[in-house]
Amino acid sequence: MQWLDAIIQGVLLGGMYAQYALGMALMFGVMRIVNIAHGDVMILLSLIAVTLAGVVPVGNLGLILLVVPIAVALGWVLQKFILNKVVGADPLPSLIATFGLSIALQNLMLEIWSADTRSLPSSGIASESFNIGPIYVGLLPVIVLICAFCITAGLDGVLRFTRFGRGLRAAAADTEAAAMAGVNPKKIYATATAIAVGILGLAAVFAALRATVSPADGPAQLIYAFEAVIIGGMGSIWGAFVGAMVLGVAQAVGLRIDPGLGILFGHLVFLAVLAGRPQGLMARK
Amino acid sequence: MSEPILSTHALSGGYGDFQALFGVDMHIDPGEVIALIGANGAGKSTFLKSVFGMLPVAKQMVRFDGADVGGTPAHKMVRQGLAMVPEGRRLFAGMSVEDNMRVAIDNARLPEDQGQWTRDRLFDLFPILGEKRREMVENLSGGQQQMVAISRALLCQPRVLLCDEISLGLAPKVIREIYAVVPEISAAGTAIVLVEQDVSLAKSASNRLYCMLEGRITLSGASGEISRDEIATAYFGGSHAVA
Ligand SMILES: Nc1ncnc2c1ncn2[C@@H]1O[C@H](COP(=O)(O)OP(=O)(O)O)[C@@H](O)[C@H]1O
Ligand SMILES: [Mg+2]
Repeated sequence: MQWLDAIIQGVLLGGMYAQYALGMALMFGVMRIVNIAHGDVMILLSLIAVTLAGVVPVGNLGLILLVVPIAVALGWVLQKFILNKVVGADPLPSLIATFGLSIALQNLMLEIWSADTRSLPSSGIASESFNIGPIYVGLLPVIVLICAFCITAGLDGVLRFTRFGRGLRAAAADTEAAAMAGVNPKKIYATATAIAVGILGLAAVFAALRATVSPADGPAQLIYAFEAVIIGGMGSIWGAFVGAMVLGVAQAVGLRIDPGLGILFGHLVFLAVLAGRPQGLMARK
Repeated sequence: MSEPILSTHALSGGYGDFQALFGVDMHIDPGEVIALIGANGAGKSTFLKSVFGMLPVAKQMVRFDGADVGGTPAHKMVRQGLAMVPEGRRLFAGMSVEDNMRVAIDNARLPEDQGQWTRDRLFDLFPILGEKRREMVENLSGGQQQMVAISRALLCQPRVLLCDEISLGLAPKVIREIYAVVPEISAAGTAIVLVEQDVSLAKSASNRLYCMLEGRITLSGASGEISRDEIATAYFGGSHAVA
């Protein structure tokens, strides 16, 4: 029963990781843009959410409705003014540019919010829980998981079946050839990054509800997102979801073995997948 | 006498500091087929890319349908009515035959049901593509990939179609199959620029012909009236015949 509990808690934790990872799956997996500032952007959005919650009493849902549009705008600006200048076949320029951005964001956040950990007051729905037999399950993690599942399905469908999705896949495969077929690559990339960071906005509110955030937390979130995408397989949206589940379960199981082992166990599973199936669990071929 | 659908005027350009084109004048009428021949490195692909807005050129160097359009980005040129079958096909790997086509349909000058070209018509023209419409393009043969590239360009519903060495690396039988559609395309009123290294193929498929050498036009005229000797001189240089 202890192990069943660990797996369930792990899957629920995986729901949170999936929310971190979906934007990464779109940007890194599909567009091949390495955004080192991914985690920092999420922390920034969490801190904005915490501050907003102190100013406007809108409740958790209202907060999501406020933060996601901010995130979308932030993503669009990020692509338009920074990433579109450095996209290309070579991933190194985007890596360097976003590495700089990551450090700048961390310093900026430290300046504005100090190093304190913060969180959103978990009131109402966020503090409720229920039991499945002997296993205790928080309502919030379940909501997080359901949201992650729905966003995964939606994003996958958008990529497969919509004009935007085809244009994005075409631009990612061959930017110049896509332009020759009438796709405006910069516009489509700006839209894709806006979506990716928009998802991060939702994740940011949930992260601040579930746990605490502080300005230096970004790199850890970056690693989880990165690992989930690689475990699942580059270019696969469902892969990122599955990768996040694997990571969450590995951490939860590791935690049961030894309380100090949780995070490390996740990294070890990541390395094991990298060694045994470097193309990822859900990759084609 | 109507105005050419596409013309270039002292078009010069290249890659950064490297100049590859030196004052190229060219024109094409609606429904006309012109061939642009020249040795490897002459500047043919650079010319097409410059016309299509993928390399910087001055606005007045390219006229399309009566307007100066030089330097307009490629995706906007598609809306105006230009399309290209690029050198090396450049299909969207990881996407099916039909999804490759649909990218063009999504962004075409006209909706599929209002344009000359529909998927069904192209599947009639290239039946093998109909059979393989759900196949990933990277699993197709070279000839089949070229058919997808041509279909993708036609589904942009172009008024001028630029083709960059569509015979390259294909078996003679496949080349004949692909060139057989050229008359059907021009019959629809679409002008075609055929870039070729195969001189006799270029001559037989075109109304007029231009020969390029080191970024300059060294010969032009009606394809039927130009002799092999004239072409040889213009193609390889030597006495620098300028028409
Ligand atoms: N991307 C590029 N960067 C720099 N120089 C290039 C590039 N592509 C082609 N060139 C140069 O431009 C000239 C014309 O090349 P190109 O237009 O490809 O010739 P063609 O298509 O007639 O074989 C050549 O000297 C070639 O080396
Ligand atoms: Mg060429």
